Amino acid sequence: MKKFYLSCLLLAPLFMNAQTEIDGIMMSKNNFCFGAVYQYSSWDEYWEGTFKRENLNLGTVSTKSVALMGNYGVSDKLNIIFSLPYVETKASAGTMEGQKGLQDLSLTIKYMPFEKTIGKATYSLYALGGLSAPVSNYSADYLPLSLGLKSKTASLRLMGDYQRGRFFSTISGAYVKRANITIDRNSYYTNEIHYTNEVDMPDAISVNFRIGYRSNRLIAEAVVDNWVTQSGGFDITTNNMPFPSNTMNALKVGVNTKYTLKKIPALSLIGGCNFVTEGRNVGQSNTFYGGLFYILNLKKTTQENEK
Amino acid sequence: MKNKIQKIAYNSLLVLFLTLNYSCSDELTERNEQFPQLNPANTDELAGTWKTFLLTTPDEFSLDAPIASTAAAFTREINEIKSYQASITPEQKKIIKYWSAGGVLRWNEIMRTLVARHNRPPYQNEDGTYPAPSGANPFANPEFPFSNPPYAARAYAYVSAAQYDAMIATWHYKKLYNRAAPFTVDATLPVLIPKSALPSYPSEDAVLAGVTVELLKLLFPTEIAYIQEKAEEQKLYRIISGANVRSDVDAGIILGRKIAGKFIARAASDGTGAAIGNQALWTQLETQTAATGETPWKSLDVPARPPMLPLFGKVKSFLMTPEMVIASRPVPPPSTKSEQFAKELAEVKNYGKNATRKNMQIVTFWADGVGTYTPPGHWNAIASESFVELNYSEVRWARNLALLNIAMMDAAISCWDAKYTFFNPRPSQVDPSIKTLTGTPNFPSYVSGHSTFSGAACVVLSHIIPAKKQSFVAMAKEASDSRMFGCIHYRSDCEKGLELGEKVGGFAVARALTDGAE
Repeated sequence: MKKFYLSCLLLAPLFMNAQTEIDGIMMSKNNFCFGAVYQYSSWDEYWEGTFKRENLNLGTVSTKSVALMGNYGVSDKLNIIFSLPYVETKASAGTMEGQKGLQDLSLTIKYMPFEKTIGKATYSLYALGGLSAPVSNYSADYLPLSLGLKSKTASLRLMGDYQRGRFFSTISGAYVKRANITIDRNSYYTNEIHYTNEVDMPDAISVNFRIGYRSNRLIAEAVVDNWVTQSGGFDITTNNMPFPSNTMNALKVGVNTKYTLKKIPALSLIGGCNFVTEGRNVGQSNTFYGGLFYILNLKKTTQENEK
Repeated sequence: MKNKIQKIAYNSLLVLFLTLNYSCSDELTERNEQFPQLNPANTDELAGTWKTFLLTTPDEFSLDAPIASTAAAFTREINEIKSYQASITPEQKKIIKYWSAGGVLRWNEIMRTLVARHNRPPYQNEDGTYPAPSGANPFANPEFPFSNPPYAARAYAYVSAAQYDAMIATWHYKKLYNRAAPFTVDATLPVLIPKSALPSYPSEDAVLAGVTVELLKLLFPTEIAYIQEKAEEQKLYRIISGANVRSDVDAGIILGRKIAGKFIARAASDGTGAAIGNQALWTQLETQTAATGETPWKSLDVPARPPMLPLFGKVKSFLMTPEMVIASRPVPPPSTKSEQFAKELAEVKNYGKNATRKNMQIVTFWADGVGTYTPPGHWNAIASESFVELNYSEVRWARNLALLNIAMMDAAISCWDAKYTFFNPRPSQVDPSIKTLTGTPNFPSYVSGHSTFSGAACVVLSHIIPAKKQSFVAMAKEASDSRMFGCIHYRSDCEKGLELGEKVGGFAVARALTDGAE
């Protein structure tokens, strides 16, 4: 397992805010992995509650984003991860103007308190704590073309990883607490009118399962991710406008890959895709992404400087 | 080293856990929950003589004389209050807190919720046509009504006008029968809300519940269960709080219902049912505009949707004759071939290309589009928050909201008259490269509905509360501008819309000067 510590993060752009790294891999101590990921996500159909439809006044709604990401190994067992996406949205039909700008900065602390090899199998446990906050004053109340939901979030994820030879599986579950947001209106309707500009955002639970192949050079995995909004959300009624505090659920399946270059072992390429198969008050998105990551050993650099 | 890292990790996770649990409080403070209990400085004792809208006289509908407050039956009614109070529940206390802010106010809020809930355009049929909501079959798809701005303006106006006439009748009968309130008869009776010096028969709250429920049944027929529940709460609130006895409430409901009948009869024949038009009319609007050499309006919805309520300009107003509507009609918009038009189009395009965050805020704040209480609802909210500070009696609340809402219904009528007289295109129709910051409404551009509603509301509210005139004017201007910033209206639409609104708002102001309340 140790040899995989050098692996760079394998990114799985998550539902709504592309964020944490929920793989069973740690950066080794003093290594800093950083890179950029480009992602294209689009949908033609979406769900109003459970009613699936297209909307010819929107056509294809697409979201392009470029995210800067980094992961620093404080120790072999403790990593700090960040990501910051720049997002651009667009509707191919209708009159609505798209949006662009910086979205939310997210920080994650990833800790591996337990790792044990029994025979050929290695078991490890992780805890991930994440915080995210918007870094620009974008409007959340401009769905489906807003850059994000603008809510500050705090999440706690517990994760278990099992590896046997080069095959592995990882399962994790997270509770995502979302803070209230403020919108540009001073009243809004959910199931009745609320006379405030503050919106109570429902929390969410995310469950993620991965299975695949993992070696020094190549990682390939299949992913199933289920994002379920907790109580407090509500459905979009037929032909109504979406709202940030809608119940937004999505079941996604996807593939992630990472390849580390033989000649330049510090450089790796990632790519993947995922597809929403079931949803509620979300678009049925197809997402494709690719990126580059580079690992620096900061300890080495420091030592060299000292010489 | 290992221990230190472990410690850092555990501490970080602990801090996060605490954050999750404690610091993110979800409690919202909503402005309408902060409203104080209504305690009018002036009871408007003589309001029974104010001028009504439809009632020929305040006693057009009779009300039986009450039993005397010295009768044994009255004592039993007081005992009912005491028995409720002896086992009052937290839920009942909540109902009292809610309704004691004022019945006219709370029904107006309830209406805003109903309008928002039903403000959704119908979803298309398989073949690309659109089904129309039907009052005769309200639960069918699409549900009746589609409470778009003209529908909403009219709904607010009918309810407000009916409540006002009902309050006039109430004040008349209060004075006529002069039956003392239960707490005056029995000084030991605890009263949970501010005591009113007015006679308590009939209960003004019950009259409001009676008249409003009947009108809302007509206007929002799929919501009757919800509406009834609210009315039951309001009745209960009056009795538990000790403000009214049962016979005050029962009489109020009966009187309110009778008065509602007169407004319902008017609503049935005011032309709203026909306002949707038909294919022949929709085609005619297009050809007659094309015949003048101008570009006719086209729906930008896909599939193309019939224009919204093209005959709403013919709906019967409370204060304007059809001749007055035509006389108030604005000058034609700049020709789509004119230099002026090109200039205004370029201005709109520029607002889209250089949309500032501030402009976007203004657009969103005033958008009041699908799924909201509409611009008339927004002005009701603004008015209500201003009225709360002034501690009006229920009759004055009703009068002021009636003037406001009748003016906004006239704004809807006059604005729709202009829209379908000139039938001109939206900016994005003329130049598809113009993208909008809010939904493009499915009706012609000239003049802006938001501007007309805002102009009318501003004039009426400035008359009622002169001290706030500047603020109302600024709000109306911003609401009007927001449509240009949002790239769905030209400058002429907004400026002429504000002017039209101010003009028709003047009719309500003229009435305010002579209705006996000032």
